[in-house]
Amino acid sequence: MEKLKHIQGTVVAIPVNDIDTDQIIPARFLKVTDKDGLGKAAFCDWRYLEDGTTPNPDFILNNPAYAGASVLIAGNNFGCGSSREHAPWALIGAGFQAVISTEFADIFRNNALKNGLLPIIVDEETQRQLFSLADEDPTTSVSVDVEAQRLTLPDGRQIEFPLDGFSKYCLLNGVDQLGYLLNLDDEVRGFEARNPQRVETTA
Amino acid sequence: MTNNGKPRTLFEKVWDAHTVRDESEDSPAVLYIDLHLVHEVTSPQAFSMLRERGLKVRRPDLTIGTMDHSTPTTPRNELGIIPVADAMAAKQLDTFTRNCDDFGIPMYALGDEHQGIVHVIGPEKGLTQPGMTIVCGDSHTSTHGAFGALAFGIGTSEVGHVLATQTLLQNKPKTMAVNVEGKLEEGVTAKDIILAIIARIGIGGGTGHVFEYRGEAIRDLGMEGRMTVCNMSIEGGARAGMVAPDDSTFEYISGRQHAPSGAEWDAALAKWRQLPTDDGAAYDQEITLRAEELIPMITYGTNPGMGMPITAAVPAPDDERDYNKKTALDKALAYMDLQPGQQLLGKPIDVVFIGSCTNSRISDLRQAAKFIEGRQVAESVRMMVVPGSQQVKRQAESEGLDEVFRSAGAEWREAGCSMCIAMNGDQLEPGQYAVSTSNRNFEGRQGKGGRTFLASPLTAAASAVAGVVSDPRAML
Ligand code: SF4
Repeated sequence: MEKLKHIQGTVVAIPVNDIDTDQIIPARFLKVTDKDGLGKAAFCDWRYLEDGTTPNPDFILNNPAYAGASVLIAGNNFGCGSSREHAPWALIGAGFQAVISTEFADIFRNNALKNGLLPIIVDEETQRQLFSLADEDPTTSVSVDVEAQRLTLPDGRQIEFPLDGFSKYCLLNGVDQLGYLLNLDDEVRGFEARNPQRVETTA
Repeated sequence: MTNNGKPRTLFEKVWDAHTVRDESEDSPAVLYIDLHLVHEVTSPQAFSMLRERGLKVRRPDLTIGTMDHSTPTTPRNELGIIPVADAMAAKQLDTFTRNCDDFGIPMYALGDEHQGIVHVIGPEKGLTQPGMTIVCGDSHTSTHGAFGALAFGIGTSEVGHVLATQTLLQNKPKTMAVNVEGKLEEGVTAKDIILAIIARIGIGGGTGHVFEYRGEAIRDLGMEGRMTVCNMSIEGGARAGMVAPDDSTFEYISGRQHAPSGAEWDAALAKWRQLPTDDGAAYDQEITLRAEELIPMITYGTNPGMGMPITAAVPAPDDERDYNKKTALDKALAYMDLQPGQQLLGKPIDVVFIGSCTNSRISDLRQAAKFIEGRQVAESVRMMVVPGSQQVKRQAESEGLDEVFRSAGAEWREAGCSMCIAMNGDQLEPGQYAVSTSNRNFEGRQGKGGRTFLASPLTAAASAVAGVVSDPRAML
């Protein structure tokens, strides 16, 4: 994973509540065995018309003025539903580095952080402000300081957001959690020795 | 079983018994995983990661694979094989077979006598037992919580973590007691309970929490009904839902392939009996529903929280004061092509789907078959019945349920996820309406442009016969 310390980017808004991971990446794209090419399918059923290939001119991500946006501001409870990690893969593939909402579904949040996609929680007032700023001016840009857990709005207002210390450490240093777990092998062995009873699938 | 005399909840007992390392200021807890279920869709990238790093699967003996999500449910050919027409699905299934072979993981392949939906086969084989930690790269892993296990869905990176280390980094969730007191009326089922709970708390209501379902109505459900309830915990935002194990639980497990026997059974039972929440243990939140007040439920919108009693009218966005909720409802009704104030009862439907890890077990099929017997599926309706596993299918066939469905005009299919996720070609056409016993009514979930009403197997069967959304109570 790449280190993630700062984000500076333009904002695009999808002001819809409860965007589920089936919308972020429909199930028919889950037949892949790698992570490539999912960006093209992000929000596929909103992004294209019935034929599946003609861009829907009303969908914001098809508006050339917002091309290159790297921060997505969305309605409440983003990423609910299916646990598919294809959702953050698709968002990253579509060029996003951060998603802002008032709340994230647990599994999405975990999956996003493991891939260096930053979920930023703000209050409803900030969310509304960002919705209208992004709507009025496609060049609206925000900056994020991961270390300080701080989001800076175009008017200079700074907002702190929650981020657990461990995820922050992993983002800042570009380390993934597997390395940490692999180092605990002795402790895991100790646990297994103390708790020997298991249901074996191979029995 | 108290810890320093402090009363604990069921969840806390299971959690405490599995922490290799406690949560600290700097890092989440490290949780040991007793059982890891894997399937073809959310595992390939995790296996690739193991290969890239030269890692092995640490405990293949605590891991089990099955094919379910992208498998066809069409009939077997003359050779007894279920052909896979979709090249990408075929490749994914091949990759899965190779991965399980290479890493020594036991796996039930398409058509195998034990194959089925991952959350149906765990309990069926007796692998799911009280007090265990169970994970799978699938959000409906919560199903296994019906046995008093802590079971939750994980992403593919985490699938890799568990494959490589048998552990996971987890922040300790909060707890919510969900009490369902009293007795259900006839025609009202487990599915109606969980749809009512989600309609009440909303789809984000349980975020950050583990539910513990309690109360007389939950006790009375039996194991398969409890699985239906726990299955949809994620639709209320909770990663896990649990029910304290009791005699129904033990009876269900006893004699299954992986269940303990002899002296081991007695020892297991003694341990399992310690699991229920201690008197005086505290939950972070608590809600209570009265079972007698529930009637069959149905969803009208595009998330499982948009549900209502089947006799109610579709709500009006204009009555919604919260702007975000109003727009969400507007958008949902536009997608569903429904009007505010409209009754769903009597609404013509095109498809009825009985299946999915929510409602594809033998008791679900029995309930639907009993209703259908001697009746006919309406001309205008395509009814699909998809058993949750090969074992459920065989059991149903031995009871003649397949004949009941077939002679009523329904399709009797091979086991799998099927139209719950519509990855395998079983799907709605744009604009079609379905009454479905699955768990998600998201836009396009059952096929692009398809519209889903979630309901119980009884409501689905009644609607199939009438050709319109119907209240099963009037037809029992
Ligand atoms: S039946 Fe549906 S919800 Fe259950 S595991 Fe399969 S796709 Fe997921």
